[in-house]
This record gives sequence, C-alpha cells and structure tokens, in this order.
Amino acid sequence: MSDLQPAAMVETRGLKVRFEQAGKRIEAVNGVDLSVSRGEALALIGESGSGKSVTLRALMRLHPERSTRIEGQIEIEGRELMAMSRGELSRLRGGEVAMIFQEPLLALDPVYTVGQQIVEGLRRHRGLSRSEARARALEALKSVRIPSPESRLDAYPHEMSGGMRQRAMIALALSCHPKLLLADEPTTALDATVQIQILILLRELRRELGLALIFVTHDIAAAAEVADRVAVMYGGRIVEMAPVRELLRAPRHPYTIALLASRPDGGLAKGKRLETIPGSPPDLAALPPGCAFAPRCRHAMAICSSQLPPSERIDSEHLVACHWAMGRSDADPYTQPRQEERMDR
Amino acid sequence: MGGYVVRRLLLTIPIMLGVALVCFMLVHLSPGDPLVSVLPPDASQALREQMISLYGFDQPYVVQFFKWLFNALQGNLGTSIATGRPVIDEVLVAAVNSLRLAVLATLLGFCFGSLFGFVAGYFQNSWIDKLASMLSIFGVSVPHYWLGMVLVIIFASQLYWLPATGGGPTGSDGWQWDWDHLQYMILPAITLSVIPTGIISRTVRAVVAETLAQEFIVGLRARGLGEAAVFRHVVKNAAPTALAVMGLQLGYLMGGSILVETVFSWPGTGLLLNTAIFQRDMPLLQGSIWVLALFFVSLNLCVDIFQALLDPRIERS
Ligand SMILES: Nc1ncnc2c1ncn2[C@@H]1O[C@H](COP(=O)(O)OP(=O)(O)O)[C@@H](O)[C@H]1O
Ligand code: SF4
Ligand SMILES: [Mg+2]
Repeated sequence: MSDLQPAAMVETRGLKVRFEQAGKRIEAVNGVDLSVSRGEALALIGESGSGKSVTLRALMRLHPERSTRIEGQIEIEGRELMAMSRGELSRLRGGEVAMIFQEPLLALDPVYTVGQQIVEGLRRHRGLSRSEARARALEALKSVRIPSPESRLDAYPHEMSGGMRQRAMIALALSCHPKLLLADEPTTALDATVQIQILILLRELRRELGLALIFVTHDIAAAAEVADRVAVMYGGRIVEMAPVRELLRAPRHPYTIALLASRPDGGLAKGKRLETIPGSPPDLAALPPGCAFAPRCRHAMAICSSQLPPSERIDSEHLVACHWAMGRSDADPYTQPRQEERMDR
Repeated sequence: MGGYVVRRLLLTIPIMLGVALVCFMLVHLSPGDPLVSVLPPDASQALREQMISLYGFDQPYVVQFFKWLFNALQGNLGTSIATGRPVIDEVLVAAVNSLRLAVLATLLGFCFGSLFGFVAGYFQNSWIDKLASMLSIFGVSVPHYWLGMVLVIIFASQLYWLPATGGGPTGSDGWQWDWDHLQYMILPAITLSVIPTGIISRTVRAVVAETLAQEFIVGLRARGLGEAAVFRHVVKNAAPTALAVMGLQLGYLMGGSILVETVFSWPGTGLLLNTAIFQRDMPLLQGSIWVLALFFVSLNLCVDIFQALLDPRIERS
C-alpha cells in the first residue's frame, strides 16, 4: 500500500466469520474479498441467511467477541480493523463508519428522543457543547428532508412513522460526517412508495457528501437504484460481482440468473422475499466441500460437489465463482436424475 | 398527561369502595364474639345487649356498612373496643412506624437488588450471576420471621450489638432520629429487606438481560459509544420497571410484615393487626385494613403515574 496508490475505503481479504453456538459451529461468512473505494457504492444482495448482515457487522467489529471468530483481513483506509484498540474502534464507529439498520424502531433507543441520540453521538465524536450539538442535530434532520425537523428533535422513535424513523436514523448516522455508510436493508421494512423515497434520498446524500456506501438488500431493483457495483452472496461467499448494468445484462452465475428471473415485475412489495428459487439455503453448520449452491443448481456437475469453484475474473470488473460459468463441463451421469427430481417439484 | 392522572384517580374510587366492602365482610362474616375482649365471660345478658347496641352490632349489615363508610370518609373509623381510643389515632401511629421501617427496608432492597440485578444481567451466566441468583432465591424463599429470630440471636443475644425488640428505648415517647432509636430499626429493616432484595434483583436482571438483547444495543455500539454510555442507556430502559417493582414492594411491606413486626415487637401496623385479630377488635381490624388498602392503592397510583412520566413508551393519551 504505497502513498501513490491510496488505500481503498474498505477492503477485506479472505474474511471468515464463525459463531460458536450450542456446541455447533456456524460458518456464516466463508472467505469474502471485497473492496470499496471512496465515494463508491456496493450492493450486497442474496437470500436471507446468506451472510450479508454478518459481513456488514464484521466491518465494524460489532459481533460479540466471546462467541465469534473472525479470520482474514479487514482494512479501513489501510488500517487493520482487527488490530485496533478499543479507543480507535470507538472513534471509527459512528465517526468514520456509520451504520443504518432495517428496522429503525428496534435500532434506536426507545426511551431517548431522536435529538438526544444524535446529540449524544455528536458530543462523543465531535466534542461539541450541548447547544452546538443540538444545532448540528437539527441540521442533520434538515439534511434528510424531514418535515418540521424542530419538532422531530424532541420526538421519541415510536412517535414517528416508519419512513420518518428511517430518515431520522440516516440523519443520526450521517450527523458526524462519516466517510463510509453501511446500510443493512434500510428499505425492506417500508412501504413501496416510502422505499423509493428513501432510496432516492440515499442516492442524493451519497452524491452530496461523497459517501462510500455498502448497501445490503435482497431486492435487486433497490440495488440497481443506488449501487455502482453488485456483489451476490450465497452461503457466506460472494459468488458473483460486477457493475450493476453488467450484472443485470449478463449474469453468469446460475444463482444470479435464478435471482433475476424470480424478480417480480414492477418492484418488490413490502416484506416480499425472494423465495421463488426451489430448494432451501445451505445449512451453515454443515457446508459441503464443493459449491454450496449445487443442490439447487440446474447446471450442477460432479465436480461441483467435490471442488469449491474459485472466484475468477471474466473481465476486468466481472468476477464469478462457478465451474459451469467458466466453461468446465465434466458432467457426471448420475448427478442428473437427482437434479431432475428437484426441478420437478 | 393531566387527563391520564385524572382518569387514573377516578378509577381508584370504585376500587376503594370495593376494598371497603370486602374488608367489612371479612371482618363481620367471620365467626367469633366481637365483644370477647371487653366483656367478662360471665357478663349479664342486659349488659351484653347494651354493649351490642352501643357499637351498633345489632343493626342490619347494610346499615352498619354505610354508617361505617360515611364516618370513615370523614376520617372517623370508630373506637377500638380493646383500648377505647379512636381507631384512626391507633392506625396512624402504627402506620407511620411501619412506613419508616418499610421505607428503609425497601431502600435497602432497592440498592442491593438493583446492584445484584444489574451485575447479574450484565454478566449473564458468569459466577457472579449465579451467586446473585442464589442469593435472591434465598431471599424470597427463606421464612423471614425465622431469619429475624436468627439475627436477634446473633446480634442481640450473643454479640449485644443491637437491641432485640421494641420500637425505641423504654420511657421514650415517640420516634426520634437518633442512634438510640435508630438501632432498634436495624435488625427488622434488614430482615424485611431480604424479600424486596430478591424480587428486585430478579426483576432487574431480567429487564437488563432483555434490554441487552435488543438490537438498539448494537446500534449504540455502532455509534461508537463506550461501555459507560451503553450502561447509561440500559439503566434508563430498566429504571421504570425497577422503580415500579420497588413501589409495589413498599406496599407489601406496609401490610405484609405482621410476622416480622411481631418477632421484633415493632409497634407498626403488622403488630396492630396481630393484636386486633387476637382480641377480635373489629373496628380496629376493619379500620387498619382499610387504611392499609388505601395506602396500597395510592402507592399503586403514584407508581403508575411515575412510570408514565419516566417511560415515554407508555401511552398517555
Ligand atoms: N450472533 C450470531 N450467532 C450465531 N449465528 C448467527 C449470529 N448472527 C448471525 N448468525 C447466523 O448467520 C447466518 C447469516 O446471517 P445474516 O448475515 O444475518 O444473513 P442475511 O444475509 O439475511 O443478512 C444466519 O444463519 C444466522 O442465523
Ligand atoms: S459451481 Fe456448479 S453447482 Fe455451483 S453454481 Fe456453478 S454449476 Fe452450479
Ligand atoms: Mg440481514
């Protein structure tokens, strides 16, 4: 990492996250390499349980330390996250990297007003006086275009509507001017029209503030609205990564293809999940040695269940991890009946 | 908020009437001779009838009840059969003594209960949590009159550190805030505090554990807040529940300390009730139960209002 070539905003290499739970080992993230430069927006998409949130939380070391094992490297602007002291970490969290959550009603403290919570962060990170912080909190609420921001300052989270709360959450996250925003399904819990408003807001704020963004979603349409690049996750791995247009135009991984095919026309309704791909997600406590998607894949071959497909470059910006997509074809006769059986259902 | 308080106040009126009726019935429908404590067993029938009509026991129950209620609402609870003094005076003196003891015991219970509860909730399943759990189970399950006697044996009979029983030095009339009086409070207060300590620590542990499991705790950490700040948030979330439980415990101790007050001969409502029951002093019994119930209901009212003030999540509209 030389001075001539500035470090990425965030970069992970071989990131693995394991949870020890009731004697079981849950392998939630299994070797994720991703890199987001300053001002860039990456969408992480995939079914529920594919490890998107776990990846995102690892980028802030938010997992409980006792029951979690993290391997691999995480660098924030070239600094090793896992080596940071408590003090460095707490300056980073909220100050340089901020997070917004799927359900702001659960992510905000219910007995503090929105204003108190923004003020608390500003005082922690910017050392402002109470009145300065309050003025800045008001600015923050204005910047997310909340109607009558003065009165929202003294409102409790439960006194606001869902869309308003998500705006308040965004205001809280951006109040200390972080450089990277981690958004964990910020629109999933909202009505369709409010979803679009929040997506537009995020896109605008990102431009205004030059903010880097990692946007987790299971809605590929939402990803297309805000992101420059998309990474598709399955079983804790990135199986395909490409610029948005490229991915929508020429998906290469069978899972991505199925995901795009299952997309309803005209956007996602509230709470709708992408469950139209037959079969169920892999058991993270017992992952197969080969490709985790094999039991559900219509192109699966013998090699798929024995050899993990490596992440390979199709062109300079398009990565895929699939034997079939890379043109390997050593079909094994007796994997075929099993697949047909699956497709019949 | 004003509307909430008014509605809550109005609600207490039927409750108080119901309580008055229930305690009237309990006292009057139970078997036994109400004049046993004042009349010698060989009293003449004429004297007996004269006494019965003097106390109004010959009138229909409905009349007796409304007469009593009418007087009670004006602060007149009748006269004690045993002592001949106004019930209200007897009850108020005893209630103040009990309250003093109950407040001290509840404060002790609140301090230790909150301390154990917070620590146990914060370090769930650690040895400190298990120790706190054991202590609180001991606290709620040990018979407290037995504990009182053990404390008396150790600290009064063996060590002579503290007086064994009584509500103050002999010859002193009324309470004073000096060591001579305070030392009489220590053992009964400790004995009484054991149950609230156990209950408050269980409650606080549960609330803290539940709060820590909520997503907003991750949210707070994601904002770079340190452990001290997170702790502040947890306290503010847990406080309304802890205070509500504390208020209820204070209410229980006011009336529920008959055995402990008897063990320590503490001149409170517990001892008064005990005396009234054994002497079948019906006006005294009825009056003290009603005053205690009144106290309990008002305490509940205060707790509810206080909780609504503290906790923005409670609907006030
Ligand atoms: N703290 C944890 N302890 C144990 N398992 C966890 C924990 N957090 C997440 N998991 C598991 O990791 C897997 C991936 O979860 P997640 O990243 O939340 O999925 P998603 O892609 O829907 O965001 C899930 O199976 C989940 O149950
Ligand atoms: S590697 Fe094999 S099983 Fe996995 S997605 Fe590609 S073709 Fe399907
Ligand atoms: Mg998730």
